[in-house]
Amino acid sequence: MPKAKDPIIIAEDVHKWFGHFHALRGISLTVHRGEVVVICGPSGSGKSTFIRTINRLEEHQRGRIVVDGIELTNDLKNIEAIRREIGMVFQQFNLFPHLTVLQNITLAPIWVRKMKRSEAERIAMELLERVGIPEQAHKYPGQLSGGQQQRVAIARALAMQPKIMLFDEPTSALDPEMIKEVLDVMRELARSGMTMIVVTHEMGFAREVADRIVFFDEGRLVEEAPPDEFFSNPKHERTKLFLSQILQH
Amino acid sequence: MADVPAETRTKPYGGEVLPPPTVRVGPLRWLRENLFSSWWNSALTVGALALLYVVGKGVLTWAVTEANWAVIPASLKLLLVGFYPEEELGRVWAVLYGTVVLLGLSAGLWGGLLREAAVLLGAGVGVLLGGLLLAGWGERGLLGGLLLLLLGGAVVGGWLRARAPVLLLRWGKRVVGGGWLLLPIGAVLLLRGVPGGELWAEVPVARWGGLLLTFSLAVVSIVLCFPLGVLLALGRQSSLPVIRWTCIVYIEIVRGVPLVTVLFMASLMLPLFLPSGWEINKVLRAIAAFTLFTAAYVAENVRGGLQSVPKGQIEAAQALGLGPVLTTLLVVLPQALRAVIPANVGQFIALFKDTSLVFIVPLLDFLGIALDVLENPKWGGPAREMLLFVALVYWFFTYFMSHMSRKLERALGVGER
Repeated sequence: MPKAKDPIIIAEDVHKWFGHFHALRGISLTVHRGEVVVICGPSGSGKSTFIRTINRLEEHQRGRIVVDGIELTNDLKNIEAIRREIGMVFQQFNLFPHLTVLQNITLAPIWVRKMKRSEAERIAMELLERVGIPEQAHKYPGQLSGGQQQRVAIARALAMQPKIMLFDEPTSALDPEMIKEVLDVMRELARSGMTMIVVTHEMGFAREVADRIVFFDEGRLVEEAPPDEFFSNPKHERTKLFLSQILQH
Repeated sequence: MADVPAETRTKPYGGEVLPPPTVRVGPLRWLRENLFSSWWNSALTVGALALLYVVGKGVLTWAVTEANWAVIPASLKLLLVGFYPEEELGRVWAVLYGTVVLLGLSAGLWGGLLREAAVLLGAGVGVLLGGLLLAGWGERGLLGGLLLLLLGGAVVGGWLRARAPVLLLRWGKRVVGGGWLLLPIGAVLLLRGVPGGELWAEVPVARWGGLLLTFSLAVVSIVLCFPLGVLLALGRQSSLPVIRWTCIVYIEIVRGVPLVTVLFMASLMLPLFLPSGWEINKVLRAIAAFTLFTAAYVAENVRGGLQSVPKGQIEAAQALGLGPVLTTLLVVLPQALRAVIPANVGQFIALFKDTSLVFIVPLLDFLGIALDVLENPKWGGPAREMLLFVALVYWFFTYFMSHMSRKLERALGVGER
């Protein structure tokens, strides 16, 4: 599906160090509105660190990141404005264990968007319908299965009506049987036109849903290509090695 | 992970879902399994029983035949309120009645923890009533009144909850909630009176004593030291060096000083520093000392709780656009404070018992009055009866606190991960 070229995330020469460790070594990536970008690569290659710089959970030390026309600086107002536009889903779900599912989803709309409680709850129930678990609204996260928790986490992020969704290995902590239910929700979300950046090892999902696949290694962006080309005709030796290992087990 | 997705719940395997087998354990079997499972265990059981018999028999014989319990009812008024003027005692009863009615109503309206608290306190009053056979009818009547009001409140509250229309119920809850908010102010006004007032003559706080004083000190100090401790704990984690270091220095200094020293400072040194003519009354000074002292310990407890909240929780809150203040208030503190309920209640129990150190100030609290009464040659020196009674009363209230904290933990633990 051809997408209008309308960049929503622009990263230019992004560097990040953890102590002496050079985790990101000059990443440049532009994501367009409505595009689904899958980032893959071996562990420790900086993929998670990179998407965490986009909503400033990690601070980049060199380079430039612009999200929806706002540049990420140390200005807290800027950061909060950008975070309101970006939803994020974590590997470990990170639901708030002291709040019910419904309260988890309505918390930010009520306190950050100043939405009325009844309105926020109506939207939350719609989102729970969408991710397929409206009957769990009044339970606590600890009472749900991993797959259900991750779907609640997606609903919680969507409740802020973000323009961009970041997924940081959303299925890595799940039992095999539960991976599909989460990927199904993500597929539906991609079809609805959401701009998404997904860090994942699910190559089937990447092949089916991604508009572009980006390969990271040792803090560098090694290769980027549409899925067909990426899987059938990888250009870089490191990419070939990675694909041969991940597709042959 | 209790809930299984619907699609896996109805698998077409046939077969029934069976309840777990019920195992009935008879008393004999229980005895054998728990007390006589080996010859060593049997020997321990027999030995423990023998010890219990010897000690129990001695104590019981003493309590029934030798002990002279008359000292307690005879000095009950002193023990409970100290030198509070006799003719103004009605005001103390009024505060008690007010509290009890509110507690009863809340127990009925909300149930749960409040009902638990009401039952425990009611049982305590009941035991006191039963034990005071020697007291005058007037006191027993007044105590009985407490029980009746507690019960009456509970019945009315329960009726409101079960039968009353929603609107009435809502108003009932509002009125009772407002009552709780007004209670402390009302209690202080009523107990202390208004200087120069005609209806409620002033009763200087210096004349309060006994259990009334112990209670006032403990309740006010606990209520004040908790928020102060939370603020100190948050301040200790602040990114602003001035705030962080102020909090660290404060906490470390206070924790390095014995409570007795703090009380001495408050009672002896403070007046020296204040300009002449200025005077802060003794009770306030003691409250300040207890509050400032315990806050440092609460702060360290809360810090432990703050550090136990996983980083992912904060990141999730930030990713949703919550600022630092909202993240702390809505996500971090609720989890941190729940984790440290046991530690904090332990601190409050210690504070409750430490109020007996106010003899330094000097003030006569519950224990102080008891010791004072024993000075009276009429009772022939130190009396075990009195000390036992004092110990029982302290035990009752500290048990009440720890019991309620356990219930609170369980009530809040619903969503435990």
